[in-house]
Amino acid sequence: MKKVYTRPKYLKPVANHYCPGCGHSIVHRLVAEVFEEMDIGERAIGVAPAGCAVLAYNYFDVDFVEGAHGRGCAIATGLKRRIPDAVVFSYQGDGDLAAIGTAETIHAAARGENITIVFVNNGIYGMTGGQMAPTTILGMKATTAPFGRDAKREGYNLDITHLVAEIEGTAYAARGLITSPKEIRKSKKMIADAFQCQLDNRGLSIVELVSPCPTNWGMQPLASVKWIEETFTKHYTPGVLVERRPVSG
Amino acid sequence: MAEKVLMRGNNAMAEAAVRAGCRYYFGYPITPQNDVPEYLSGRMVEVGGTFIQAESEIASIYMVLGASAAGGRVMTSSSSPGISLKQEGMSFLAGHELPAVIANVVRGGPGLGNIAGSQSDYFQMTRGGGHGDYRMIVLAPGNVQEMADLTYLAFDLADKYRTQSIILADGMMGNTMEPVILPEMRALDSLPDKDYVVDGMRGKRKSRARLSLILEPKELEDHNWKLQRKYKQIQENEVRYEEYELDDAEMVIVAFGTAARVAKGAIRRARAEGLKVGMLRPITLWPFPSDVVRQLADRVKEFLVFELNAGQMIEDVKLSLEGSANVNFYGRPGGSIPTPRDLAKVIINRYSQKFRLI
Ligand SMILES: Cc1ncc(C[n+]2csc(CCOP(=O)(O)OP(=O)(O)O)c2C)c(N)n1
Ligand code: SF4
Repeated sequence: MKKVYTRPKYLKPVANHYCPGCGHSIVHRLVAEVFEEMDIGERAIGVAPAGCAVLAYNYFDVDFVEGAHGRGCAIATGLKRRIPDAVVFSYQGDGDLAAIGTAETIHAAARGENITIVFVNNGIYGMTGGQMAPTTILGMKATTAPFGRDAKREGYNLDITHLVAEIEGTAYAARGLITSPKEIRKSKKMIADAFQCQLDNRGLSIVELVSPCPTNWGMQPLASVKWIEETFTKHYTPGVLVERRPVSG
Repeated sequence: MAEKVLMRGNNAMAEAAVRAGCRYYFGYPITPQNDVPEYLSGRMVEVGGTFIQAESEIASIYMVLGASAAGGRVMTSSSSPGISLKQEGMSFLAGHELPAVIANVVRGGPGLGNIAGSQSDYFQMTRGGGHGDYRMIVLAPGNVQEMADLTYLAFDLADKYRTQSIILADGMMGNTMEPVILPEMRALDSLPDKDYVVDGMRGKRKSRARLSLILEPKELEDHNWKLQRKYKQIQENEVRYEEYELDDAEMVIVAFGTAARVAKGAIRRARAEGLKVGMLRPITLWPFPSDVVRQLADRVKEFLVFELNAGQMIEDVKLSLEGSANVNFYGRPGGSIPTPRDLAKVIINRYSQKFRLI
C-alpha cells in the first residue's frame, strides 16, 4: 500500500498545543514539508517568537533559538552572519513582527539580510488572550478594543508586509491564506519560493500567512475561514507583493 | 615582546577584542564610546568579520544573542542609556546561558545626563540590571593597558562560564591616550570548542534549542540553582584586585577605574604629608573582592570609599565589612571628576579627624 499522507520528517512526533482550527499548526506543517522537499532541514535554524508559537522548537525538529518578543529578525541576523550557509528563519506573529518588532523587521529588510520571515497574521494577540494587534482591522473587536477598532480611537491597522515589500533589500514578499486546501497549497509554494530566495542569496524574504484564530475571534473554525475569505482579505489581499532580482555586479 | 603603541582606551579595547578572536560586533552610536564602532567598522572588514551598525541598542544585543547562539565570539558596546535598552537582551543571554562581551563606557546620568565620565552604572552592572536572578562578570579597567588586557580576558571568561563579561569603563578612560602593549592575535582555531551551539543538525545530531522559557516552576527553579552554582564558582575563582600602598596603611581608600587613578595621585600627596594611606582597587566589581576587604579590616579600621557617583560600591564595601570598620564616602555624581589635589584634601581632612594629626 502506498502512503499518501504522513508526518513530515522535520516535525517531531508529538501533539501540539494549538487550538482546534488554528493556523499555526498548518503553517508548521507547510514549513516542515518545504524543508523536506528542498532538503534544507539539516541546516535550518529557526527563531521562535513570543506568541502562540513560542514553543515552536517543541514541534519543529530543527535547530532553534528562542527569541524575545519582537526580536526575531535581529537574532536571525546574528545567526545568519555567523553561519552564512545555514537556512535561517524567524517565525513571528503580528504583534511580534509588526508592533514591538517593527524596527527589527524593517531594518533587516533594509540591510537585505539574507533570512526568511514566516509571518502568521491572525489580526489579534493570541497568546496573551485576544488584545488588539497592529493588524486588527477596523470594526474588529478585541479585549482592548471592546467596541471594535475605530480609526479615531484606536487608529488604523498596519499592512507591514506591504511596507517591507517597498524596501529595496526585500527580495521576495508574498501573502498567502490558511483557509481552503487550494489557498494552503498556494501558501506552501510561497514558503518554498521564500526559502529558495535565501538559498540564492537574494536578500530578505517574507511570507505572510493570513491565519484563523478561532479562539480569540470567538468563532467556529469554519466560520473563521469564511470570515478571512469574505472580510479579512479585503485588507490583506493574497498574492506575491514583490519579487526582486539581485542587482548585478 | 610586542612594542608599545599609543592608543585611546576605546580603540585599545576594540583592537584587543579582535585579537581575542571576536569576529562579530553589533552596536549603535552613542558618545563617549563611538571610537569602538568606528574602529571596528573597518577592522572587521580587514579580518573577515562582521560589523553591523544596528537600528538600535535593542536590535544590537539580539544580534549578539544570535551570533553567540551560533558559536561566535561576539561583542557589543554602548554607554549608559544604550545599556539600559540592552537590559532585556542581557537577561535573555543570562537565561539562555550564552557568552558575550559587553562594554559600558559610562556617562553621567540619570536620563540623557551628559557625556562626561561617570561611575553611576555600578548598581546596574553588578546587580545584573535586567529582570531575573542573574549576575555578570564586571571588569573595571584602571588604565588603557587594562582596557586591552581585560577585554582580552573577558572573552575567555565569557566562554569558560557561558556568561556575559562586562567591561565597565567611563568616558574618561575610553578617551584617554596612553602607550599600550597589545595582546597577541589569537588563531581562531585555538578558541574553545562549544557543544551547545545551534548551527544546524547537519545530519550529525538531534535538533537542539537554546532557550530560557521553562514553564514548569520546579524546572525553572533547578535552572536558577544551576546558574547560581555557576556564579558561586565565578566568585571563588575570578576575584581580581590591586593593592596599592597597603602594607602600613591606617586608612584604606576603596576605588575603581578612573576614580582609582585619581586616588593614586591623592594618596601620593597624602603620603608626602606623612599620612599612612593606601588603596584597594577592585578590578572585578562582580565578583566583588569581599574577602579581601574583610581581611583588611583585621588591621585597618578606617575606610574611605571614593566613587564617581553618589555612593554605590560603598554598599558592597559595607556588606563585606559587616560593621567591622568605619566606612566613609566621598563621591561626585553627574560626570564631575575631582583632581588628585581635591581628593587629597578630603583624605587629609578625614585622616586628621580620625588620627588627630595636626
Ligand atoms: C517584552 C514583552 N512584552 C510583552 C510580552 C507579552 N506577549 C507575549 S506574546 C504577545 C503577543 C502575541 O501576539 P502575536 O505576536 O500576534 O502572536 P500570536 O500569539 O497571535 O500568534 C505579547 C504581548 C512579552 N512576552 N514580552
Ligand atoms: S489562541 Fe489563536 S493563535 Fe493561539 S493557538 Fe489558539 S487559535 Fe491559535
